Amino acid sequence: MNSLAYQIIFYLFAAIIVGSAALVVISKNIIHSAFGLLFTFFGVAAIYVYLNADFIAVTQIVVYVGGILVLLLFGVMLTNKITQADLKTETLNPVPGLLITLSVLAMLLYTFYFRAKWVTVPVDQQLRGTVVEPIGIATMTTYVLPFEIVSIVLMVALLGAAYIARADRKVQTKEGK
Amino acid sequence: MNALALLLVMELGDRFALMGVVLGVLLTAVAYTVYAERRIAAFIQNRTGPDRVGFDLIPQLKFLKGAIGLGQPLADVIKLLMKEDVVPENANKFVHALAPLISLFAALTTIAVVPYAKGVAIADVNIGILYILAITSLGVYGITLSGWASNSKYSLLGGLRSSAQMISYELSMGLAVVSVVVLTNALNMGEIVESQTSNPLNWNVCRNLLGFIIFTTAAFAETNRAPFDLPEAEQELVGGYHTEYSSMKFALFFLAEYANMIVACTVIVTLFLGGYQVPFWTDAPWFVQVGAFITKTLFMMFVFIWVRWTLPRFKYNQLMDLGWKFMLPLGLFNLLIVASTIVIFGNSLPLSILNLVLVALCVAGSFAAKPQSKMA
Repeated sequence: MNSLAYQIIFYLFAAIIVGSAALVVISKNIIHSAFGLLFTFFGVAAIYVYLNADFIAVTQIVVYVGGILVLLLFGVMLTNKITQADLKTETLNPVPGLLITLSVLAMLLYTFYFRAKWVTVPVDQQLRGTVVEPIGIATMTTYVLPFEIVSIVLMVALLGAAYIARADRKVQTKEGK
Repeated sequence: MNALALLLVMELGDRFALMGVVLGVLLTAVAYTVYAERRIAAFIQNRTGPDRVGFDLIPQLKFLKGAIGLGQPLADVIKLLMKEDVVPENANKFVHALAPLISLFAALTTIAVVPYAKGVAIADVNIGILYILAITSLGVYGITLSGWASNSKYSLLGGLRSSAQMISYELSMGLAVVSVVVLTNALNMGEIVESQTSNPLNWNVCRNLLGFIIFTTAAFAETNRAPFDLPEAEQELVGGYHTEYSSMKFALFFLAEYANMIVACTVIVTLFLGGYQVPFWTDAPWFVQVGAFITKTLFMMFVFIWVRWTLPRFKYNQLMDLGWKFMLPLGLFNLLIVASTIVIFGNSLPLSILNLVLVALCVAGSFAAKPQSKMA
């Protein structure tokens, strides 16, 4: 009974991902697209939970849903005319597009069925407990250099954004004091 | 029945049953929190508050009539349900209807990982505390989208204010949570409570007083409660993000706001006040633990209401200054102190002693100082 319930929940989330991803692409309203993306991220997080990657699932929500998508929505809402603009969603070049889509699909299916080396771990060897500790240790020892480089890249991006955004705001900040 | 035995039989069905119980209790509690808020506000302002509505239709409950007004929440709910549901003509109808649902979803799902007694939680996940941070960040959407979808300037400004506020205070909240994780060495909510033991000196409020203050302040801001209730500053913004909402949709926002407050209290209790731990009684029976948990939560809710009717609202620039220039550095400083104490001494005893001394100094200082000196 339990495995059936879990399967139903899995397919529910799979349907949410596919449906909302379709909304992102098809919708003519940019807010609706951003909104669809919210549910896509959320569903993907649920799939991570099914893969026993709870930390990645939560990070997905904290970073993408709680951070990036909020910023995206802010950007869209504060930019006056974007919300009213119709996005172009009609089909262009149907035949070449269909060909490319089908060939990519065929490649993916071929890889999944014949080339991929799926790892199946017996139940008793599966990852138990929290994965946060191994992730933290690996980040701080083996992968400390990439970790630091990423943080420097983010720092530079932040400084650049702050520089661009504050360039002509000097009068206002004085007023705020 | 022992709590441990309950843990062993917690299968999927039991978890669903527990979820039903918790949701029922939570939603009833929301109605009576509104009542409690009005009564306490009235008490603080030297008024009477709602005292008329009783349960006169039921003969057995006639003794509740008058004076205490316990039927008020029921009457309020019926009133809200009966009202006309107005949707602005130029509103984005779909998002307008969905926004209150998102708010309520974020408020109600957080409670899933909070343990009510030893081993009793709807979802005892390994990364409970991260889950709470993740779901809290969803609450921004309900408010932002309701502000945008109403197609009204007041709503939009209220929504933007509120989301900026929530994003700013999430950082200090996260830092306070990290200091708790460093102290308790666990991400699981049950383990966080277990590590605080039944000795109140081991509770995180003693070991990590600064973190407690930062987290509670951030929780005020996250739940949009006074003194951080700028999003719905009546004088400036009419009703804020829910200006254009009426009837049941408004009731949903109302419900979400108070549910958020209760859930924030349960999280504060779990992280800092020892959760279900009964003082000086290790391995208490499960109903005593649930009782202790509820008592602590009620106390924190009283603090929330008390603060709301005591402190005036911040200005927006003060709010941002407090969040970014004071709370964030303070959170980092607190994390530094907690982490270095753990590394140097190997346990958190020095922190408890330091905090006790600080509290004693503050209390002595407040008695010694003249009332005027508080103005500085």
